[in-house]
Amino acid sequence: MSAIDQSCQTPKRRPSLAVEVAGIKLKNPVMPASGTFGYGEEYAPYLDLERLGAIVTKGLSLRPKAGNPTPRIAETVSGMLNAIGLQNVGIDAFIEYKLPFLRELNTPVIVNFFGNTLEEYGEVAKRLSDIPEIAGVELNISCPNVKQGGIVFGTDPKAAAEVVSLVRRNLSKPLIVKLTPNVTDITVTARAVEEAGADAISCINTLTGMAVDIRSRKPRLANKTGGLSGPAIRPIAVRMVHQVVQTVKIPVIGIGGIAHAHDALEFLIVGATAVQVGTANFVDPTAMDTIITGIEEFLIDEGINDIRELIGSLKI
Amino acid sequence: MKNLKTMVLSNQELSPGYFRMRLLAPGYSGVARAGQFLMFRVQLSQLPLLRRPFGIFRVGFLPPDCDGLPAKEFVEILYKVVGGGTTLMSQLHQGDRVEVLGPLGRGFDLGDPNQEKILVGGGIGLVPLYMLASELAPKSSVRLLMGGRTRDDILAVTEFERLGVQTYVSTDDGSLGEEGLVTQVLERQLERFPQATVYACGPMPMLEAVQAICARRGIPLQVSLEALMACGVGACLGCVVKGAGHSEANPRYLCSCKEGPVFRSEQLDWSKLGQEPGYCEGCKS
Repeated sequence: MSAIDQSCQTPKRRPSLAVEVAGIKLKNPVMPASGTFGYGEEYAPYLDLERLGAIVTKGLSLRPKAGNPTPRIAETVSGMLNAIGLQNVGIDAFIEYKLPFLRELNTPVIVNFFGNTLEEYGEVAKRLSDIPEIAGVELNISCPNVKQGGIVFGTDPKAAAEVVSLVRRNLSKPLIVKLTPNVTDITVTARAVEEAGADAISCINTLTGMAVDIRSRKPRLANKTGGLSGPAIRPIAVRMVHQVVQTVKIPVIGIGGIAHAHDALEFLIVGATAVQVGTANFVDPTAMDTIITGIEEFLIDEGINDIRELIGSLKI
Repeated sequence: MKNLKTMVLSNQELSPGYFRMRLLAPGYSGVARAGQFLMFRVQLSQLPLLRRPFGIFRVGFLPPDCDGLPAKEFVEILYKVVGGGTTLMSQLHQGDRVEVLGPLGRGFDLGDPNQEKILVGGGIGLVPLYMLASELAPKSSVRLLMGGRTRDDILAVTEFERLGVQTYVSTDDGSLGEEGLVTQVLERQLERFPQATVYACGPMPMLEAVQAICARRGIPLQVSLEALMACGVGACLGCVVKGAGHSEANPRYLCSCKEGPVFRSEQLDWSKLGQEPGYCEGCKS
C-alpha cells in the first residue's frame, strides 16, 4: 500500500469530550482553577481561550480587596505556598473592565466569588444573577488565607449550609461550591452543601501549610501560613474527590496538582465530571491546551468514543 | 510574548558564582526592550516547579552560517547561583532543551537623549542595565556606576566600556576600584551632572539609598525591581509592591511583572518597600 493510500484511510472518529456540569455545557472538561488565571485576558497571548471547557475568574468580592502583604508566595517541593489574600478588582470593576473581553469568547464564564459577611455573599449573588454572560458561579467558602469569608464558612458544615442556601435563594444561575480540604471529613461538608442547594461541588482548594527560612528564622510568607498547591497535593486531592463522588449525587469538579493529561484522567476515572488546572498554568501557560489534547489522545488510544464512558469508571 | 521551547547555546561562569547563559531566541531581537525579563523553566520535569525570572542582558544575532539562511537570534541572561534552581541552571550545557516565556514586563523609558544618563548597578543588578546602555549610548552620554562586595561581584564592565560607557567601579572591600559604596560615587557624579537621569537596579538597600539621594536632589529615577513571582504575566499576584499613596484603607498594589519590573521612583511607596523581604533568587545575596 502506498503512502497516499495510507493517508486516505478514514481517520479514527474524534471522541466526544463534552460534559455538563450544573447545567453548564462544556466542550471539554478542562478549565482553570480560580486565582491562577486572572480574568482570562492575562493568558490570551499564550493560549486559545476558546479551547477551554470554561473560564473561571479570580475570586471576586463586593468591593475591591487589597490582599495580603508580601512575600505572598514561596516555592516548596513540587508545590507552592500562596497567601495572596483574595486581591481582586471587585464586582463593579469586573463587570465594567474585565467582562467585555470575556463576553466575546465562545467559552462559558464561571465567576468565582466570596463575601466577608453572610450579607455580602447574598448581595454578590444577586448582582451576578443579572448578568446574562455569566454561565455560572463558583462559591468560595474555602480560602485559607483570609480571616472572614472563605474558610470560616467552609470548615463548619452548618455555616457552609447556611451560606449556600442564602446564595441559592439570591442566585438564578448554576451554583458550584468550592470546598476546603482543611477538615477532618470532607464528605460531611459535601453532603451539607448538596442539601443546601449546590448544583455541583469543586474540590479541593489549597491545603494550609507553612515554610520557614532557616537563616532569618522567619516564616517565608508574611501571612505566616499559606495554601499549598501543585503536584505535591494531587494524591490527597484524588482521594478526596473519590470520597466526595461516593457521597453526593451532584457533579464534582476535581482540582489539585493537575499538570498533565494523565493527572486529569485520574480525577475523571474516580468520578470527577470536569477538572480545574491551577498552579500548572503558572509553570506553563499552555498547560491546559496540552492537557486537552492529551485527554483526546488517551480516549482514541483506549477506543473510547465519549468521555462520559470514562468518568467514574474506577475499578475496585 | 510567547513560550519558546528552545536550547542552550552556551553557559559559562563569568566570575565565581556568576554565569552567563546564551539561548537561541527567534523573535527576540527588535522585540525585547531594555529592562524586560523572561521566565526561565529550569527543567521540564517538576523540580523545581516554578519558573525563575531573569532580566534580559542582551539580544543579538549569531554570525550567519554558510547555509544562506538568516542569522539566528539569541538572548543572554546573567545569573548568580544562590539556590537549587540556579545550581541546576549552572549545570546546563550547549544543546540542552529549555523553555523561556518572554519578553515580559515594562522596560526602561529612554528619556531625553540630551540629558546625562547615570546607570547604577549593584552586583547581579547590572543585568538590565547593559541593554539599556546599548540603547542609550549611541545618542547620550552614559556613565555606569557599578558596585559590589568584592571584585567577584563586578561583572561585564569591559563590555559596557566597549559601548562607549564611562565606568566607575566600587567595592565594599576595595578589592577592585574605589573602596566603599556605589552611592558615594553617585553623590559625586550628581554634583557634576545635576541634570542627569538615574537608572538603578540592585539589592533593596542600595535602591533605597539611591532613591533617597535622587529625591533629595530632585533627580528623575527609574528602578528595576525583582520580586518573587510564579507566573510573570499578572495572574498570580505574588509579585506585587506597594505603590505611591498605598494605605490600608486605600490599597495600591502594583504587579512587578506587568506594571514593572521598571518603575519611575514616584510610582512606589518607598517607606514600605524595603521592609518586606522576598526578593528573587537572581538578586538576593
